[in-house]
Amino acid sequence: MEKHLLEIKNLHVQYNTDEAVVHAVNGLSLTLDKGEALGIVGETGAGKSTTALSILKLLPDKVGEITEGSIVYDGIDIIKANNHTMREIRGAKITMIFQDPMSSLNPIMTIGEQIHEVLELHFPKMSAAEKDQKVDEILGLVGIQKTRKNEYPHQFSGGMKQRIGIAMALVAEPELLLADEPTTALDVTIQAQILQLMQELQKKYNTAMILITHDLGVVAEFCEKVAVVYAGEVIEQGTVEEVFTREKNHPYTTGLFNSIPDLTSDVERLIPIPGFMSDPTNLPEGCKFAERCPHCTERCRKEAPKLYEDGGHSIRCFLYETKGGQ
Amino acid sequence: MAAPLIETRNLKKYFQTPRGLLHAVDDVNLTINEGQTLGIVGESGCGKSTLGRTIMRLVEATDGEVLYEGEDILKYDKKQMKKMHTSMQMIFQDPFTSLNPRLSIGEIIAEPMKVVKNVKGKEAMKQRVHELMDMCGLPQRYYNTYPHELDGGRRQRVGLARALALNPKFIVCDEPVSALDVSIQAQIINLLMDLQDQHGLAYMFITHDLCVVRHISDFIAVMYLGQVVEYAARNELFAHQYHPYTVALLSAIPTPDLSRRNRERHLLQGEVGNPINPEPGCRFASRCKYATEACKAPQQLREITPGHFVRCHMAKS
Repeated sequence: MEKHLLEIKNLHVQYNTDEAVVHAVNGLSLTLDKGEALGIVGETGAGKSTTALSILKLLPDKVGEITEGSIVYDGIDIIKANNHTMREIRGAKITMIFQDPMSSLNPIMTIGEQIHEVLELHFPKMSAAEKDQKVDEILGLVGIQKTRKNEYPHQFSGGMKQRIGIAMALVAEPELLLADEPTTALDVTIQAQILQLMQELQKKYNTAMILITHDLGVVAEFCEKVAVVYAGEVIEQGTVEEVFTREKNHPYTTGLFNSIPDLTSDVERLIPIPGFMSDPTNLPEGCKFAERCPHCTERCRKEAPKLYEDGGHSIRCFLYETKGGQ
Repeated sequence: MAAPLIETRNLKKYFQTPRGLLHAVDDVNLTINEGQTLGIVGESGCGKSTLGRTIMRLVEATDGEVLYEGEDILKYDKKQMKKMHTSMQMIFQDPFTSLNPRLSIGEIIAEPMKVVKNVKGKEAMKQRVHELMDMCGLPQRYYNTYPHELDGGRRQRVGLARALALNPKFIVCDEPVSALDVSIQAQIINLLMDLQDQHGLAYMFITHDLCVVRHISDFIAVMYLGQVVEYAARNELFAHQYHPYTVALLSAIPTPDLSRRNRERHLLQGEVGNPINPEPGCRFASRCKYATEACKAPQQLREITPGHFVRCHMAKS
């Protein structure tokens, strides 16, 4: 079997706060190959952003802690890597687009300088003229006139700022792009433009992408693979076709589908998922979704289900139990 | 046919800014019937929230009329308006900032009734608050808790209980579910629809989420830069769109339905224009691929087919 670009195995991350230990990620495993687009879906607090921050080792100092598991990127063990190695990876090999375009740019540097900075850091040998040319080129690709490169972030609208974020993330032609809710703060017509742009650029540079979102629609349209995350675990993963044809789903995924009104069918009443996500400071011992699940049995409360695989499509639920399981 | 409860006539709200007049709401004519829901959709900055606030008189209109059962409430004085607010209430987008952090849940829900003084005695008040909490699915143990102890969905229920306290006939819902996770969002939408059935409430439901608006509305108005560009009954609007902006808006929504995956997308170019001192012509023209010289003339909202209004000179039935 070919080596994966990114392989996360049994990742556990916790936040040690003054009051309690928050178990944000609990045994999450993922793999991603070159050029692939993976969508991570889940609700607030499911551990989506924590996973992305762990990949870049950007967890808050002292509070955030990876307690178990491994993250291997292109043969490099991220967890053991020192700061020097990480600095070479961040921005050059793995880059990130943040949710809030308003606060992720430096307000006192022109946007041209900010993109320039990425190149200075990662391509010290490149000539100044070459760098300038590269800045102009990437701005053109994201649809910003190069005459505006001497302007400051506040002179741009939200959608434009997110384009600048994308330009910064892609200028060094990374192999892996982490996009954490890149369009949540934007309007739908602008969202469509930005996602289209990301998809084009991703194809152009053959970049692998992890798109973190709570919007199932976005995943269906822009990703090939999808992982549904609940309480810090992957509870279902597969290709978009396998998951979205809705023949076989984890009860939580079904719950998510039933809670969103869609544009084509007429439902009188939405079927919400009852209850709330379990408290990450005090997780149940069995299946973490058991409390809210319509199919819950005695066994679900005592024993945690494994991820049961059926030809690439795996579901963490006893309903789909097969021999083995991971 | 239900009777009209709220009507706006040529309603305008302009804000004075250093660079000129910002046309937040420009000549809006809408009707909301008793017991029905009017959905207002549009992107940020299109004036949908200002429209809601102007109808509630939280901001004063620049021009036009807001009729409540035929009477222009913009002419009411303070005292009359206070009385009016027992029939009209509002719930807000952000359940984190629209509740007073220093009042308990019980006090927050009781506050409108204290202002109007329609409930006499502590016991009666407590009973009424409990009744409202039941109605909105809030367990009574939250009576003495404070807003920060509740999650977004429960806080939104508190906002709703507060709005219902005076038995209003009309509630402006300004993006009430946008800040919530989908599973919680569904609970609140169901609750809103149940309360409408039980109490015959009329809603003005402001949102940017077209899936939600389709689910909850009887009529839908699409706004662009302060103007209503298309207005029709829900099913009619989703079956036929005449305004190029509505077409683009609908095709931009990502859906989990795989059969729509390869549909033709009408992607818009550029961004929303400037609402300050806008040109007299069509405000969408700069992003519209069908734009011609004729679009520089002012556009009127015309009835294309019965009950379906469009602000575009090219629209034909």
